Amino acid sequence: MNKLIISGSPHVQTDESVKKIMYGVVLSLVPAMLVSFYFFGLAAILITLTAVVSCMAFEFVIQKYLIKGPLTILDGSAIITGILLAFNVPSSLPLWMVVIGSAVAIGMGKMTFGGLGKNPFNPALVGRVFLMISFPVEMTNWPKPIAFSTQLTDVVTGPTPLAVMKEGVSQGEHVADILPEVPGYVNLLLGNMGGSIGEISALAIILGGLYMLVRKIITWQIPAAYLGSVVVFSGVFWLIDPTQYVDPLFHLITGGLMLGAIYMATDMVTSPMSHRGQLVFGIGCGVLTMVIRLFGAYPEGVSFAILIMNAFVPLINKGFKPKRFGEEVKHG
Amino acid sequence: MSQIKNFTKGFVKENPVFVLLLGLCPALGVTTSAFNGFGMGLATTFVLVSSNIVVSLIKSQIPDKVRIPSFIVIIASFVTIVQLVMEAFLPDLFKALGLFIPLIVVNCLVLGRAEAFASKKDTLSSVIDGLGMGFGFTFALTLLGAVRELLGQGAIFGYSFIQGDGMLVFVLAPGAFIGLGYLIALINTIKKTE
Repeated sequence: MNKLIISGSPHVQTDESVKKIMYGVVLSLVPAMLVSFYFFGLAAILITLTAVVSCMAFEFVIQKYLIKGPLTILDGSAIITGILLAFNVPSSLPLWMVVIGSAVAIGMGKMTFGGLGKNPFNPALVGRVFLMISFPVEMTNWPKPIAFSTQLTDVVTGPTPLAVMKEGVSQGEHVADILPEVPGYVNLLLGNMGGSIGEISALAIILGGLYMLVRKIITWQIPAAYLGSVVVFSGVFWLIDPTQYVDPLFHLITGGLMLGAIYMATDMVTSPMSHRGQLVFGIGCGVLTMVIRLFGAYPEGVSFAILIMNAFVPLINKGFKPKRFGEEVKHG
Repeated sequence: MSQIKNFTKGFVKENPVFVLLLGLCPALGVTTSAFNGFGMGLATTFVLVSSNIVVSLIKSQIPDKVRIPSFIVIIASFVTIVQLVMEAFLPDLFKALGLFIPLIVVNCLVLGRAEAFASKKDTLSSVIDGLGMGFGFTFALTLLGAVRELLGQGAIFGYSFIQGDGMLVFVLAPGAFIGLGYLIALINTIKKTE
């Protein structure tokens, strides 16, 4: 008859675990994955598989032989890193480069700092930026999407809509003359455009994002602040000179913005802890992305923007501490 | 401390780049290839040994308050010699190292050894210290240069064994930091197991 349980706080616990959250994220990535398989075919499947398998393999080898700690390859975090890395490369990338990217993502981005929960930078983005700087030619060679394609080689390549826009504007063309050269807005939304494997369909990524919101895996603050600041920033320039700056909707649904805002910036490990801090983080990402897109040398700046803001996270955490219950003492 | 220990401490135990973290500016700047690192290391070694000799010889004559400027003048003289000799006999290496040759003057390693060692010890110890530290520095720069050349261009000392380009990031600045970081980690592991 001893029903009295004595324990320290917290007394109310959820059944969430690292594993549950990670597999929730994997599940939410399925729509975007299906779209990528539809448009890029076998090549996309091969790259995604290679990235996932090699990420898990590197995590296993490093944990077992270098760190000699507990094995966590089945908690799903390496799977997510693999999928996100694959989502961030063109489908024509040679597979050995994908393996190098996985090694960098897991080895340099995650395990060097001690593993999951200790990495300051998003591992998949570390891998992607490493590939981007190391193999600039292969990483900007974008195959055109073909429905139900089964081809592995000899695909038609072309620039991404953002690159077309940047190139055109820099040569003095008007935005209105360039827009017909890129796919229409409906196609951009569905994913019928050149780009990295997983970034093409804004719609599928939003679907996955909604699922994660409902499951409370992510909070709304980072995506909302990120996308909102991109809209405001590009909107101001669009209103000033619509012949030189394209409208905010184009910026929202092209490039890796959706993928970055919903999956990369919201990574629990590398984003601020408090809600106000997350808003600041999101705005920083948005402003940096647009500065790079409009004034930088690269047509796309999402990965650089998120990595730069990752570095600011400890500072943001320090400046925006959540108030503890009872911290504020009322006087009088 | 025996002279042998004095000589060998620069290689691993007190390696100027990997352990003392001195002279990082040339270590990161010129190590795009193993040969550049090697040349830079030897140039620094010459300056280091020469300035150690002179500083240890005239240490009793230098007033304490102006010792740093005096060291700098001594070091700068030897750097000028290296610079002119290299420009005359190794113009290619001189062009590759560029600004980093005059910058040896402000290399913390050279000034650090003058201040911490040569101005307190006898001439023989100072020569051996300079040689040990200089070879340790050369070893570190050559190793880092070799790693960056191997990964960045698929070559060692200019002998290429792959077709096409390597990982461009190792030719650029980030590769220097990444390579140095992992080499330091490796040296720390070696030191721990000893």
